[in-house]
Amino acid sequence: MPSFYKEYHPYISPFDPCPPIKTKVYSTPPNLYLGFQPPHLPQFSPMEALKAGTLWKTFYDPYYGPNEKKS
Amino acid sequence: MKQLPPEYYQLLEQLQAIDFVLVELTLYLDTHHYDQDAINQFNHYVKEREKFKKLYESNYGPLLQYGNSPSGSPWDWDSAPWPWQV
Amino acid sequence: MWLYEKKLQYPVKVSTCNPMLAKFLIEQYGGADGELAAALRYLNQRYSIPDRVIGLLTDIGTEEFAHLEMIATMIYKLTKDATPEQLKAAGIGDHYVNHDHALFYHDASGNPWTAAYIQAKGDPIADLYEDIAAEEKARATYQWIINMSDDPDLNDSLRFLREREIVHSQRFREAVEIIKEDRQQRKIF
Repeated sequence: MPSFYKEYHPYISPFDPCPPIKTKVYSTPPNLYLGFQPPHLPQFSPMEALKAGTLWKTFYDPYYGPNEKKS
Repeated sequence: MKQLPPEYYQLLEQLQAIDFVLVELTLYLDTHHYDQDAINQFNHYVKEREKFKKLYESNYGPLLQYGNSPSGSPWDWDSAPWPWQV
Repeated sequence: MWLYEKKLQYPVKVSTCNPMLAKFLIEQYGGADGELAAALRYLNQRYSIPDRVIGLLTDIGTEEFAHLEMIATMIYKLTKDATPEQLKAAGIGDHYVNHDHALFYHDASGNPWTAAYIQAKGDPIADLYEDIAAEEKARATYQWIINMSDDPDLNDSLRFLREREIVHSQRFREAVEIIKEDRQQRKIF
């Protein structure tokens, strides 16, 4: 599966009043690429699944904000 | 209203984990009617859940409404705390 | 028939006392792409969708009520001990004046929930594509709320809810495939 985050670079004009954001990132989660889920994909244990938010490892795509330190 | 002991949270999380597996398998089986292995896994966890449900309810009271869980004495379905207070 | 189970789907924990986050969380309570909209949308569409996918709409619709309860829990925990001054400082003074500490179905800007947020075209393809879009919009909203939050425990719950949107989107995409296929040759896993 490809990466779950993609980048693009908006046009920066010399007349933009504010400091420009050079790179924008957007999410492309696993459900875009999997098609019909095939059987017997690898699973988490029940406790891991609860924390991850899904039973199948292929769907796991955690999102962290800029204020967080990833553990 | 009695306070809940620390063991409560552990047991609750174990029950939440099993129930979560059942939710995930339910949604999967809704679009995959013929996956016998998934059906077997689902039915296995249905039995597992029964054990955890009985253990939880014997200590902390009914989980389900309208007779899907038995009542204590006096009636304890509506005793505090409720899930958002816990 | 509906049954209520007296436990949350996921152990919601909030560790920072920051009522400001309640202002943003309420977007997923009473907002256009929130959990109430999702639950009512799917549970209503299921009356006019082909039999094959009624189960999926019923089950996901029911799960969305569980998520609504999780959001309510987060807002409750963040605001239950706040004084009117603290609520005002958190930017929800106008909510307090109308509702005290009660929750209500409005979005982060105070717009009340409306059925205009949902649709049921009666056309399975239109309805299922609306559902996929709804899940992606909810997923994105959780990303923006996570960006606004500095509470790691709260974010764990938000990450859970965002992951659920990914899985729901997957199931609706599968439902589209099921609707598309020719009845004559069934080839489903």
